[in-house]
Amino acid sequence: MTDVLMPALSPTMEEGTLAKWHVKVGDTVRSGDVIAEIETDKATMEVEAVDEGVIEEILVPEGSEEVKVNTPIARLSGEGAAAPSAKVDAPATKSETKPEPAASGDPEKQPAEAAQPQPEGEGATPVTPKPTLRDPELPDGVKLVKTTLRDALRDAMAEEMRADENVFLMGEEVAQYQGAYKVSRGLLEEFGDRRVIDTPITEYGFAGLGVGAAMAGLKPIIEFMTFNFAMQAIDHIINSAAKTLYMSGGQIKCSVVFRGPNGAAARVGAQHSQDYSAWYAQVPGLKVVAPYDAADAKGLLKAAIRDPNPVVFLEHEMLYGVEFDVPEGDWVVPIGKAKVRREGTDVTITAHSRAVGLALEAAERLAGEGIEAEVIDLRTLRPLDHETIVASVKKTNRLVTVEEGWGPMGVGAEVIARVLEHAFDYLDAPPARVHQEDVPMPYAANLEALSLPSVDKIVKAVKAVTHK
Amino acid sequence: MARGQTSSTSKRKKDDTGVIGGGADPMTKDSLLKFYRDMLLIRRFEERAGQLYGMGLIGGFCHLYIGQEAIAVGVQSIKEAGDQVITGYRDHGHMLACGMDPREVMAELTGRFTGSSKGKGGSMHMFSTEADFYGGHGIVGGQVSLGTGLALANRYKGNKKVAFTYFGDGAANQGQVYESFNMATIWKLPVVYVIENNQYAMGTSIERSSSETHLYKRGASFRIPGEEVDGMDVIAVQEAARKAAAHARSGEGPYILEMKTYRYRGHSMSDPAKYRTREEVDEVRKTRDPIDHLQELLEKKGWADEAALKAIDAEVKKIVADAAEFARTSPEPDPSELYTDVYLEAAQ
Repeated sequence: MTDVLMPALSPTMEEGTLAKWHVKVGDTVRSGDVIAEIETDKATMEVEAVDEGVIEEILVPEGSEEVKVNTPIARLSGEGAAAPSAKVDAPATKSETKPEPAASGDPEKQPAEAAQPQPEGEGATPVTPKPTLRDPELPDGVKLVKTTLRDALRDAMAEEMRADENVFLMGEEVAQYQGAYKVSRGLLEEFGDRRVIDTPITEYGFAGLGVGAAMAGLKPIIEFMTFNFAMQAIDHIINSAAKTLYMSGGQIKCSVVFRGPNGAAARVGAQHSQDYSAWYAQVPGLKVVAPYDAADAKGLLKAAIRDPNPVVFLEHEMLYGVEFDVPEGDWVVPIGKAKVRREGTDVTITAHSRAVGLALEAAERLAGEGIEAEVIDLRTLRPLDHETIVASVKKTNRLVTVEEGWGPMGVGAEVIARVLEHAFDYLDAPPARVHQEDVPMPYAANLEALSLPSVDKIVKAVKAVTHK
Repeated sequence: MARGQTSSTSKRKKDDTGVIGGGADPMTKDSLLKFYRDMLLIRRFEERAGQLYGMGLIGGFCHLYIGQEAIAVGVQSIKEAGDQVITGYRDHGHMLACGMDPREVMAELTGRFTGSSKGKGGSMHMFSTEADFYGGHGIVGGQVSLGTGLALANRYKGNKKVAFTYFGDGAANQGQVYESFNMATIWKLPVVYVIENNQYAMGTSIERSSSETHLYKRGASFRIPGEEVDGMDVIAVQEAARKAAAHARSGEGPYILEMKTYRYRGHSMSDPAKYRTREEVDEVRKTRDPIDHLQELLEKKGWADEAALKAIDAEVKKIVADAAEFARTSPEPDPSELYTDVYLEAAQ
């Protein structure tokens, strides 16, 4: 004997109308046969038999309204073979049968039940920046070599490709053309077209191919000519790369680096001048890195390639040609650690990528006016090293954030929130944000300059928070 | 495993020797009985999943594979060890065909810790590295680029494996499918695209959504050979898959199989199914059902009498009942699981 139960059309359905019976007492049914139709205010659905047998009794006549989900609506006399299944699905009433987890179908009941300590942003996940994370000590006698940021990135890729056969580079114009910004210069010659792969102009497609290859155990570096074009591929970066480890219960790893220039170049208009830092830094499962100088660019890119997680690596076109000192040899900088670029006592300025240069310049100018600014290069946006920021604000009691992206919901907004959470009582003034004006990037030279963060804007913000 | 298959049609050949398929790999009584058993397992599993959904034990979306069983089972039969499978969200049948444990699939459906993704994936997101099953993807068409990427990895490693990449008639209209077709041909990637054309993208019929309804022709602009296959005939599916896999494995590049099939149930559980008539569904079930079809063949050949089929039926029912009981009684994930599997620890 098997009860046929009133089914739910959706997890939120609690009752419905039994609109029609397609069978009568004495009919033989096979699994899959439509036996009834039910309706709610939203939809109609056919009820199919799951077990085989003869309809012994119709318990709820057609036309009945407000029939509760899981109420027995008919009774089947099963053949012997059907009997074992009856045990699972022969509940008598809703209260008895609706097993506990059914409640989890109701999204409103969920959150309160997860009696979990509230994590601090992404800081509670296993990648919490550890106090022990630090840049490697420069070995005695190590040579510092003047290197452009562009070449530092190329050296990082070349070294990691030499070390690991599974690392390869893929993107538009990375091979024969030697890179749209010449970052991959020389790689095709050294590694061949199996490992340095020119793609068609199909960001969505090749990002997906790269993620698929990573799922199969390779370690692709996916170059976007700029991150503006990665918007076509953001589905794979987030839905396929960032979420799969979690969705697979830890089974499928996705070690992939998405890299390329991010933010505003010069005079290229709104569609080619956007900073995506805050977009990616919001997503659990991704790590997000945005270096300023060539030593960090090299050291962090090597760390990113070695990292078992998907890493979004945001470069800046305006820095590619700038020379910095880079330590010779296997220089690796840990992801997840900010760097104090300039020490100071009066105000903390946070910045990442190209904005670090503006902040340092502003700090020099401020020093001339007797204000000592501490400049923190965030370097990694996810996980965000708020310990370093908070420690600095506890010393300076004032905070200015700088970023090239838009302000609302931005990196600065997050930095300020963390400071409020951890150092509220230490603040002597409301923090200030410097960011791109809240408009698409204009083309005209004067408007573009007005739109972007500048040394002047930073100086002005610092003076506002220091009341000077 | 090139077999010199030259037949351009996938209609299966029959002869009177008890050998079906006519190639070097004769169909035997055992393999047909296994087809029967595997298809029946998927059907009974899905029927039970539908029932558990109705009881509120399965939440969210739940897309059933009923009607399409011959495709996953037929393709699986010619896979070599290490060949990968990837598909969209109508994935339960594929996972069972790949050999994943029905218990862990059902327990994932009910969101339990014993599920294949510890209850964190759900119906649309299951994976098994052991079974070379790469998901389980919820964004329509996403798996096509990912599957092509699996094939890229195969070529990179030179391992002679093939990535079987499934998608539906709905996904066939996504742009990234064609981006992937293009790269698969340029780089001669070992991928077999299996289009499960069940004729309805959710509620939109293929006639209403597709300028070219013969989906096997969709690779023409990318020089990908394509073939239409009776997806309700497991033996035709097997033959076509064997030929396509041989093509891909030999370094010739991608291949498209358009499996003409039909889903008996709605797109998902809450589908009112007003876009097609009951008569249309009944007609397919009566005349084209893949399991009935195989049963008739087995009986005709004298390879299975009623008792033998009943024994298979009983075995399958037992497996499904056991899986349902396991899925119903297994614990939910511990609250501490909320924060695991977000990142892997990086080596310092």
